[in-house]
Amino acid sequence: MLDLSLLVQYGPALLRGFGVTILCWGAGCLIGMVLGFVLMLLRQLPIKPLRWIIRAYIEVIRGTPFLIQLFLLYSGGPSIGLRLEATTAGILGLGIYGSAYFAEIFRAGYQAVPKGQVEAALSLGMSYGSILRRVIVPAMLVSTIPAIVNMMAILTKETVVLSIITVPELMYEMQTMAAETFATFETILGMALFYWLLVEVVSRLGRRLEARVTRFLTHASPQGSSTETATARA
Amino acid sequence: MKFSVIIDALPYLLGAAVTTIWVSLLGVLLGQVFGVVVCVARQSGGRAADMAGGVYVSFFRGVPLLIQLLLIYYMLPLIGIDVPPLVASVAALGLASGAYVSEIYRGALNAVPHGQSEAALALGFPAQSIWTRILLPQAFRISVPALVNELILLLKASSLISVVGVAELTRTSQTISASNYRPLEIYLAAGLIYLAINGALALFGTLVERRLQQA
Repeated sequence: MLDLSLLVQYGPALLRGFGVTILCWGAGCLIGMVLGFVLMLLRQLPIKPLRWIIRAYIEVIRGTPFLIQLFLLYSGGPSIGLRLEATTAGILGLGIYGSAYFAEIFRAGYQAVPKGQVEAALSLGMSYGSILRRVIVPAMLVSTIPAIVNMMAILTKETVVLSIITVPELMYEMQTMAAETFATFETILGMALFYWLLVEVVSRLGRRLEARVTRFLTHASPQGSSTETATARA
Repeated sequence: MKFSVIIDALPYLLGAAVTTIWVSLLGVLLGQVFGVVVCVARQSGGRAADMAGGVYVSFFRGVPLLIQLLLIYYMLPLIGIDVPPLVASVAALGLASGAYVSEIYRGALNAVPHGQSEAALALGFPAQSIWTRILLPQAFRISVPALVNELILLLKASSLISVVGVAELTRTSQTISASNYRPLEIYLAAGLIYLAINGALALFGTLVERRLQQA
């Protein structure tokens, strides 16, 4: 099995790789969520062509492999003057990929916000901005948190694909180590166990977050409707 | 952008797309087998089978597909099975898909009323025919939309087998764009082909679903 001295030798590289993995994942999730949220909002505007474009964007991103999107961005980009470093391309690629899925998640959440709440806020004289911030987004967050956590776990797994476009993340460093030490199988087995753990940790943390965010739902509330929408999706 | 590049490469890309399609189909078929076996074993095979099945599902859903693929690709020769990359790829896709499919079936089985298998038991049906004649056919029907979705997911995931050198759509696009230095056009074309296949699959799924709802 794996020689322990190898871990000492390759430890720093692996740690650095893990750092890049976390960076790509975190930044990719953030870009994906922000972009997805903006897309969802733009889709609510009563402008038909804009809706079509956004719908087409979502369908294209969800209908093509992530790897092809990465190749387009990283290898195809320079043809139209978009010259990106591997890590930047990787983060952007993850963000774009995630945005289509997050846009759909947020849309479902947006639609699940009870109409009466928005109408009540309107009749109280709240502006659209503050209705969004104080009524829609909080309710949306509660009902979509399981889907958001699930998507984040999926993106954790997608980060390994970045190794193919030479982003120096954990998988890439591991493959370098495997190639140099010929301990290919042991290294990949180690990777598999590590990612298994990582995805499990992300899901567990997500479930705790979920429990925290939806904590108020367990109290008996006279307002039944919001409780129902939130728990139905969980 | 030079569209003539795409026209020149199109025959190769389409040929490779055929490989992508049948690798994914084989993967899904294998996944069906694994999925059903694991699902049935977990439901009726006692605690040990349930735990083993649970570990299988958790592992293949939790570990990135690329790593599973490399694991199988490098593991098979170690245990004395020397297989071409294509076989290792289909095995990996099938194993991964099986984990998801077994969960799809688990959900679908929950939707089959409990009274049916109780009634069958009361009528003296052996356990085996309860599965093959009552539970699985209905579970299959309920899970058709999810299974079509799984096929689309697997088709996209099959792009990863380019890494072990299977000449499917992604690998072929890589090879072509490395020789003509036109990655933008070639990957765009490849993306559109994936999109077209997935669109057709989604349409097929809707049709089948409608058909099953009528029946």
